[in-house]
Amino acid sequence: MKIQICGPGCANCDKAAKVVEEAAAVLGVEVEIDKVTDFADMARLGVLSTPAVVVDGEVKCVGKVPGRAEVESWLGGGR
Amino acid sequence: MSAMKTTMPHESPSQPLPMHTDGTAPCACATAAAKNAATIKTSLRRDLAWLGLGLAAWFLLYRQLQPFSRWLVFDLFGLAPGSHLGEALAFFFYDTPKVLMLLTLVVYGVGVVRSFFTPEKTRKILAGRRESVGNVLAALLGIVTPFCSCSAVPLFIGFVTAGVPLGVTFSFLIAAPMVNEIALVLLYGLLGWKVAALYLGFGLGVAMVAGWVIGRLDMEKHIVDWVREMRASGDVAPDERLTWHDRLVRGLEAVRDIVAKVWPYMVAGIAVGAGIHGYVPENAMAAIMGKAAWWSVPAAVALGVPMYANAAGIVPVIHALIEKGAALGTVLAFMMSVIALSLPETVILRKVLMPRLIAVFIAVVACGILMVGYLFNMII
Repeated sequence: MKIQICGPGCANCDKAAKVVEEAAAVLGVEVEIDKVTDFADMARLGVLSTPAVVVDGEVKCVGKVPGRAEVESWLGGGR
Repeated sequence: MSAMKTTMPHESPSQPLPMHTDGTAPCACATAAAKNAATIKTSLRRDLAWLGLGLAAWFLLYRQLQPFSRWLVFDLFGLAPGSHLGEALAFFFYDTPKVLMLLTLVVYGVGVVRSFFTPEKTRKILAGRRESVGNVLAALLGIVTPFCSCSAVPLFIGFVTAGVPLGVTFSFLIAAPMVNEIALVLLYGLLGWKVAALYLGFGLGVAMVAGWVIGRLDMEKHIVDWVREMRASGDVAPDERLTWHDRLVRGLEAVRDIVAKVWPYMVAGIAVGAGIHGYVPENAMAAIMGKAAWWSVPAAVALGVPMYANAAGIVPVIHALIEKGAALGTVLAFMMSVIALSLPETVILRKVLMPRLIAVFIAVVACGILMVGYLFNMII
């Protein structure tokens, strides 16, 4: 799965990335995490506030650090 | 990166559901749904019960704070009422829990309210608005829409590309950081409701008028090219369906995040304020920051613009300055310029705005704050 974390690099963005990494490790899902720091790219994804998490091109959460359970439901959604 | 999205095959997020041929599935689903609705109802009742209990406990505790602080300092510590140390400590032990409790209550309430307002919804409301009405709405929405300064640029792009007029976008960007619940609670707790109300009114006024002026100046050509050429992306994140339980939990999350972040600044600020309250002579600040010194308002704004601090750190300091004779307008102008404009924000806005527009933005907002400062000093 391809995951993009949008954010210019503030503390919350790092937190969001960490939550995703942990959830992926627990579920054993292979993910490719890409940090989107360019504002033009964020705008193209339709992200208005950061941090935002995009899973396989679909914006899942904006403006807050997602909870662990939430992330697991996105990652485990295919099973 | 930009090509990634278009070439992505459209994947269905979940595998097809197993087909049932015997027709039992719909029944099972229906009972499950009914059960679900019932649990939501009982859980809401439980939430409300907790909320009521929490509020009752809050009020009971809040009313005990003043007697408790005096008992602690004058009876338990045995300090004489009216002594420097006694007054400073009584002030500290009363103000700190008072402001913390007010902060917790308001941050909780605002956290719940904010779950109704997302930047996406705000954008939808503002897109295609006429200037004047748009400026007023944008400033008001700036209070309730969740906003963090890291998001200023993506938000700016999102608004402008969706057809929100430039001036209206600025009204939002000015109001969102300046008029917020933390600033208002602290002003209310330390300086009284009149000052908080005046700050709210004038803060909104500056945001509305400054945005309107920027809109009049026809500055669209000073937005960087790639933003102007971009069209709004249609696929905005879908609105989350939140239940009342989710919203109440959001409030708790807001308390955990915000109160945990700001309390050290507040306690430090109140400690400094308490020291000044007990020891510094009255009117020590009157000569430099009093009403008579006409140059103090522009000096306060010039000093405040490049500085950045959050409301939690700045209000207790302001409180102390006012107590010792500084004019209210001067210190509020200082506070507004510290919170609303900052060097880091202009650096980040440079990515989407040409220097000329940034200069206009700073100049217009600073002028607005300057006028508010003088106005305050005149009427109070």
